[in-house]
Amino acid sequence: MLRYVVRRLLLTIPLLVGISLISFFVMNMAPGGPIGAAADMNPKATAEVRERLKAYYGLDQPLHVQYGRWLRRMATLDFGPSFSPDGRQVADKIRERIPVTLAINLLSMGIILLVAIPIGIYSAVRKDSWFDRISTVTVFTGFAIPTFWLALLLMMLFGVKLGWLPISGLVSLEHDSLSLAGKAWDRAQHLLLPVLLAGFGGLAGFSRYMRSNMLEVIRQDYIATAKAKGLTERLVVFRHAVRNALLPVITILGLSVPDLLGGSVIFETIFAIPGMGQLFYQGVMSRDYPLIMGILVIGSFLTLIGNLLADVGYALADPRIRTG
Amino acid sequence: MRRLPAAVLVAMLTFGTIGLAAGCSGEKKEGAAKETAAMRVAPAYGDAIVFGSNGDVSGFLTAVTSDAASHDAASYVFNGLVRYDKNVKLEGELAESWEVASDGKKITFRLRKGVKWHDGTPFTSDDVMFTYRKIIDPKTPTAYAEDFKQVRRASNPDPHTFVVEYEKPFAPALASWGMSILPKHLLEKYEDISKSPLNKEHPIGTGPYKFVEWKPGARVVFEANPDYFEGKPYIQRVITRIIPDQATMFLELKSGGVDSMNLTPVQYTRQAETEEFRKSYNKYRYTAFNYTYLGFRLSHPFFADRKVRRAIAHAINKKELVEGVLFGLGREAIGPYKPGTWVYNPDVPAFPYDPARARALLAEAGWKQGADGTLENGGKKFRFTVLTNAGNESRAKTAAILQQHLSAVGIAMEIRTVEWAAFINEFIDKRKFDAVILGWNVTPDPDQYDIWSSRKTGPKELNFVGFSNTEVDRLLEEGRRTFDLEKRRKAYFRIQEILAEELPYVFLYVPDSLPAVHNRFHGIEPAPIGISYNFIRWFVPNERQKYTSFQK
Repeated sequence: MLRYVVRRLLLTIPLLVGISLISFFVMNMAPGGPIGAAADMNPKATAEVRERLKAYYGLDQPLHVQYGRWLRRMATLDFGPSFSPDGRQVADKIRERIPVTLAINLLSMGIILLVAIPIGIYSAVRKDSWFDRISTVTVFTGFAIPTFWLALLLMMLFGVKLGWLPISGLVSLEHDSLSLAGKAWDRAQHLLLPVLLAGFGGLAGFSRYMRSNMLEVIRQDYIATAKAKGLTERLVVFRHAVRNALLPVITILGLSVPDLLGGSVIFETIFAIPGMGQLFYQGVMSRDYPLIMGILVIGSFLTLIGNLLADVGYALADPRIRTG
Repeated sequence: MRRLPAAVLVAMLTFGTIGLAAGCSGEKKEGAAKETAAMRVAPAYGDAIVFGSNGDVSGFLTAVTSDAASHDAASYVFNGLVRYDKNVKLEGELAESWEVASDGKKITFRLRKGVKWHDGTPFTSDDVMFTYRKIIDPKTPTAYAEDFKQVRRASNPDPHTFVVEYEKPFAPALASWGMSILPKHLLEKYEDISKSPLNKEHPIGTGPYKFVEWKPGARVVFEANPDYFEGKPYIQRVITRIIPDQATMFLELKSGGVDSMNLTPVQYTRQAETEEFRKSYNKYRYTAFNYTYLGFRLSHPFFADRKVRRAIAHAINKKELVEGVLFGLGREAIGPYKPGTWVYNPDVPAFPYDPARARALLAEAGWKQGADGTLENGGKKFRFTVLTNAGNESRAKTAAILQQHLSAVGIAMEIRTVEWAAFINEFIDKRKFDAVILGWNVTPDPDQYDIWSSRKTGPKELNFVGFSNTEVDRLLEEGRRTFDLEKRRKAYFRIQEILAEELPYVFLYVPDSLPAVHNRFHGIEPAPIGISYNFIRWFVPNERQKYTSFQK
């Protein structure tokens, strides 16, 4: 098992290099460049100024040289400075955004699991019941409704009409002058809408997976056997069925790992949340190459790790597929 | 504060007008009667104002940043030698006065005495000299060095005098000294000023507000500078919240989370027309410093003919554009200057909406109606594509309305929107377009050499429509080589006449700036430049102050 994990970890290195290579060249093929924001349509930006700015960012070098430089820096885990005028380190920019995105995603993931799994189980056990139908309609409504629209409606209701919740942002302006409990309450109020909305949108996937897995499992012979033994329904469902039906969920959880840091652009834009989604979007719009590369590398690394975790978790949970 | 960038002429990107910059005869304020009563209220120190901004700051040194949010933030902390006053005339800021030598080649600035940087160090001419050297320093990643490279010699004979000499008289130079002056004692140890903490973390200037904090993506906070040379600002704190979404920002405004923002025309005319909104907010309205135009690639076989361009001008109903795109909150454009300013020529030939005249002109140019209603000339149909940048709703609407107007005279216009960077690099730079819908910000200085001179048609240059007129070339040169306003006015008046006759662009409309400000703020007096020029004199009467935890 250990050898398997180590081998998989080592394999991620060439994979990451390959991904970064493709990303780097695709990124450079997109029209425009980092100096566009300052120089395009700016009469003061003469040809000489352009050349100077290009040289400043090392963009006057051939692409393979630029990539080589980036890779060498990356080898020491240095993401380098961003191309935005503030020139701050990419690592710093990412670091200050991670806690927000991670918190929102973990919380909403928690809500999704807490709500979706019971819904899935119950709708499977009581297939075609009223509960099954209503929950199906509800979770798909959550899946289909445009988040930005629902978000605006809820902001209008809770923020403007009722005045119960703040509309956007992470903390109120006078946050620093609040007591510790006040600060916690302030943050909770700000997080409530975004987390609930993100959760609502994600219910469909997990609950449907859970439902179909359960349906699959309850048709199995061992469930019939358990029932024949005279076990209560509760025992049959929870001890025998659910544990087996949860297996595929592990895979999905593993695949969700990169999403934890991914952040959604639309979501963060609507709620004015300074998270990873907005950072990446701004990076793309301003052609901030080091920032784009930094986020892509982190994203691909997490994807690979997530896959590995899913495989390992699966092996741990299911003795049948454990490798030698 | 939201001042006009002194000498920077920038193309408007995706979101239209960004600053509160505004002006001209049309300024209006809703609920003016209330204000007169309010004016009697005694000014008081304290409270905070919360602005909403679409974009985040990308640095605090204006030499290296190019976005509106960053220039806005810098304007609280830094001063220039000169600035524009409420009537859009240059006045001294850090410079008490200045003299232009009679040959126009030398400017002598007399600097204010007793000004201190936020850390207490006195401000002197060394700082100005240092700023100048850093701007032209090849190690500074700035796009704005050009104006300063025209300087042949700069000197500071004493701590309160700064002298610059130019090769030739260069009128736009004066406004270029509105550039933020930087503290030498804090920056001289940095070879590249963009890497200094003053750019990334904590700017220190001479301005009315001191920097407090910047939470990237969330907000920037400033605090009144008690030692400001024009007096301590009344409002204790300025907080700019970064709210990328316009709809969210408007909800924040309604719920009190934001005190001031620029409204869109639809917000101004519909959503902000409620009793509740009027109870808490004052809305302002004045002509913005920008215009939108339809520009032709003049080497295109259809548009090379002036008759065709005139026909199109006659075919367009600008009044309908102002109604449809701006909900009436703007005016028709006839030239590249802001209506009401000293350089604006109101008497150029206009091309009134007249489809019959348009058809006649097109017929003269050889275009006859084809079988499907589209005009034809020698077997070629009059069919072209207009390009505009994606994400700008008013330009998209403009294109849709123009399409209607043109099809009424038999011209088939297709619309294509393209992402900004691709738009510039793949279409504008490569001259792969028939016509474009774009906008320009208008600077207070009338020099538009870069847009109209036939020497500016090269790659990446701004006369991308390929306009070439020897008289305009001569007048542009004349206009920038004299400081005499009367002579300049004459030159630019004539340029506007020629542009109106030649029509390299059809000038479409000038929108209004539409800021809303919470009505607890008093002392706002709209002027041609906008409302922000006297920001340090805005105040909230004691009994209406909202944010009290920031008080010292």
